[in-house]
Amino acid sequence: MMETHRSASRPWRKVLTRSVQYAVLTGLAFLVVVPVVMLAFSGLKSRGEAFMHPYAPPIPPDWTNVVEILGGSAFWTMLRNSTVVMAAATFGVLVVSSLAAFVFARMTFRRKPIAFNLLMLGLMFPINIAILPVYLLIRQLDLTNHLAAVILVQIAFNISGNIMILRSFFATVPFELQDASAIDGCTTFDFYWRILLPIARPALSAVAALTMIISWNDLLVPLVMIDEETLWTLPLGTMQFQGQYGMDFAKISAFTALTILPTILFYLLAERQIVAGMASGAVKG
Amino acid sequence: MDGAVTRESPLKNGFSSLLTQKLQNNLTILLFLLPAFIFFFVFQVYPILESVYYSLFNWTGFGPATKFIGLNNYQQILADEVFHKALGNALLLIFLSLAIQLPLALALAIMVGRDLPGRAVYRTIFFMPYVVSEVITGIMWLNLFNADPSKGLINAVLTLIPGAQAQAWLGDTRLVFPCLFVVLTWKWFGLHMLLLLAGLQGIPVEVEEAARIDGANTGQLIWNITIPMLRNAIQTTAYLSVLGSIQQFILVWVMTQGGPSSASEMLATYLYRFSFKRFWLGYGSAVALVMLVIALTFSIAYNHFVRTPEYLTNE
Repeated sequence: MMETHRSASRPWRKVLTRSVQYAVLTGLAFLVVVPVVMLAFSGLKSRGEAFMHPYAPPIPPDWTNVVEILGGSAFWTMLRNSTVVMAAATFGVLVVSSLAAFVFARMTFRRKPIAFNLLMLGLMFPINIAILPVYLLIRQLDLTNHLAAVILVQIAFNISGNIMILRSFFATVPFELQDASAIDGCTTFDFYWRILLPIARPALSAVAALTMIISWNDLLVPLVMIDEETLWTLPLGTMQFQGQYGMDFAKISAFTALTILPTILFYLLAERQIVAGMASGAVKG
Repeated sequence: MDGAVTRESPLKNGFSSLLTQKLQNNLTILLFLLPAFIFFFVFQVYPILESVYYSLFNWTGFGPATKFIGLNNYQQILADEVFHKALGNALLLIFLSLAIQLPLALALAIMVGRDLPGRAVYRTIFFMPYVVSEVITGIMWLNLFNADPSKGLINAVLTLIPGAQAQAWLGDTRLVFPCLFVVLTWKWFGLHMLLLLAGLQGIPVEVEEAARIDGANTGQLIWNITIPMLRNAIQTTAYLSVLGSIQQFILVWVMTQGGPSSASEMLATYLYRFSFKRFWLGYGSAVALVMLVIALTFSIAYNHFVRTPEYLTNE
C-alpha cells in the first residue's frame, strides 16, 4: 500500500501487513459473493434437491427450472420490455443532458448561473420521494400502463446529475478547437455534433453505462405506473414471481439468477465506464 | 457611387452578420436547453406544486379533490406514531451509515489503496452489489435470513455453534433493523469505497513519501495525511449516505414492507403504503412534501455549513 523506505528495511513486517491485508480483503470478498453464489446454486437444483440439500453445490446441475423459464414467454417479454425501456431512457438522457451540458460548458449568457442551479435542484428531489406527485401527473396524461411513462420519468430524474458530469468534461475541451472550427465555417451545432461529441465519447459512455444500470434495475417507477403483465419489466416481474411462487424456492432462485446474469455480464464488460462515471460524479459533488 | 457602396458594405455586412450570429447563438442556447427544462418543469416542478394543492384535501383519487381540510393532513402526519417510528428509523440509519458503513468503506479503500497487487479484482468484487438490483438483493437476503435453519443459510451457520439458537431475524422486532442494515451495507459499501478510492487517486505520492521520510508510521500517515486529504470524498459519501437513508425504499419494501409492527418502517415505505396501498392521495401528497422539506433542509444546510459542491460555485 503505502510502504516505502522504512518498511523496505524490514521485509518481514511488510510481508505480515500484506498478509493481513489480503486475509481481510479476501474474507470480505467471500461475504460479498456468498449470497450470489447461493442463489446460483439453488437455481440449478430441483425442488426436492433444494429441500433436501439446501446449501450443497448443485452437482450435477438440474436445468429443469432454467429450461422451463426460458421455454415460456413471460421471461422473454420482460427482457424485451426492460431492454426497450433501458435503451430509450439511456438515449433520452444522453441527448437531453449532452445538449444542456454543452450550453453550460461552452456558451455564455446572462442568466447562465441561475439556469444551471435551477436544473441542479433536480438532484435534491429524488424519485423515491416524488413518486406520488409524478404518478398523479402520469395519470392525468393518461400514460399509465405505457412503457413511455416509465421512460419519460426515468429520463426526467436522471438528467440533472448527468448534465453536471458532462458539463465538467465538455469544459476540458480546448477553446482553440471551437474557435478554429468557427473560422472553418462550422455552426455551433456542427461543433457540438461533429467535434465535441466524438471527443467526449469516454464521458458519454460513462453516463450511458450508469444510466443503463439505473434504468435496468428500477423497480419503483414500473411498479407504480404499470399493471399489465405484458408490460412488466424484469425487476417488476421478479418481484411478482417471488410472490406467486413463494413456496417453490428453487424456481424463484432460477428465475432470479437468470435476471441477474445480464447485469453481471454487463458489469464485467463495462466496469471501466461505470467506475469512471461514478468517480467523476463524486469528484465534482 | 460604386466606390461609396463598396466602402460602406463591409461595415454593414459585418454588423448584420454580428447580429445574426448573436441571434443564432441565443437560438442555439434556447433550443439546446429546452428539452432539459421541459423535463424539469413538467416532471419535477409541476408535480410538486400540484401536490401542495392536493395535500390540503382529504382525497382518495377518485374524481376531483373536493374535501378541503386545510393543514389537517400535516397535523395528522406529525401526530402519527408510525411516522415518528419511520423518522426515528431514518435517523438511526443515518447514524449507523456514518458510524459503521463509512469507516468500513474508508478502511477498505485504504487497504485496496493505489498499488496493491490484485486491487482490480477486489474493486470489481466489492462494487458488484451496486449493480445488482435492489429486488434481487432483497430476494437473496430474504432466503439467507429465513428463520428455518434448513432454508436460511445464516441460521444454518449459527446453529453449528453449540448453544446458539436459530433466530427469527426479519420476524423479530429487535433484530429486523440490524438485519436490514447488514443488507444495506452489503449493497452500498462498494459504492462508498469506490468514491473514496477515486479520492485516493488524487493524493500525490510525493506527499506520502515526504511524510515517510520524516518518520511517520502507517497509522500516523493515514490519520494525518490520507484522511485529511480525502476530506472532499468523505464529505461526498456522507452526503450520499444521509440522502440515501432518508429515501430508502425498495429493499425494505421487498424484505419486510416496514414490519413487523412498524419496526423497520422507513419514510418512503410510509409514503408508499398511504399512497398506493390505501390510496389516501391527499395524505400521501402531504407525506411527500414533508419528506421533500426534510431532504431539502439537509441539502441546503450541507451546502451552507459543510461544503458547496464544486459544480455550483465555479461559474
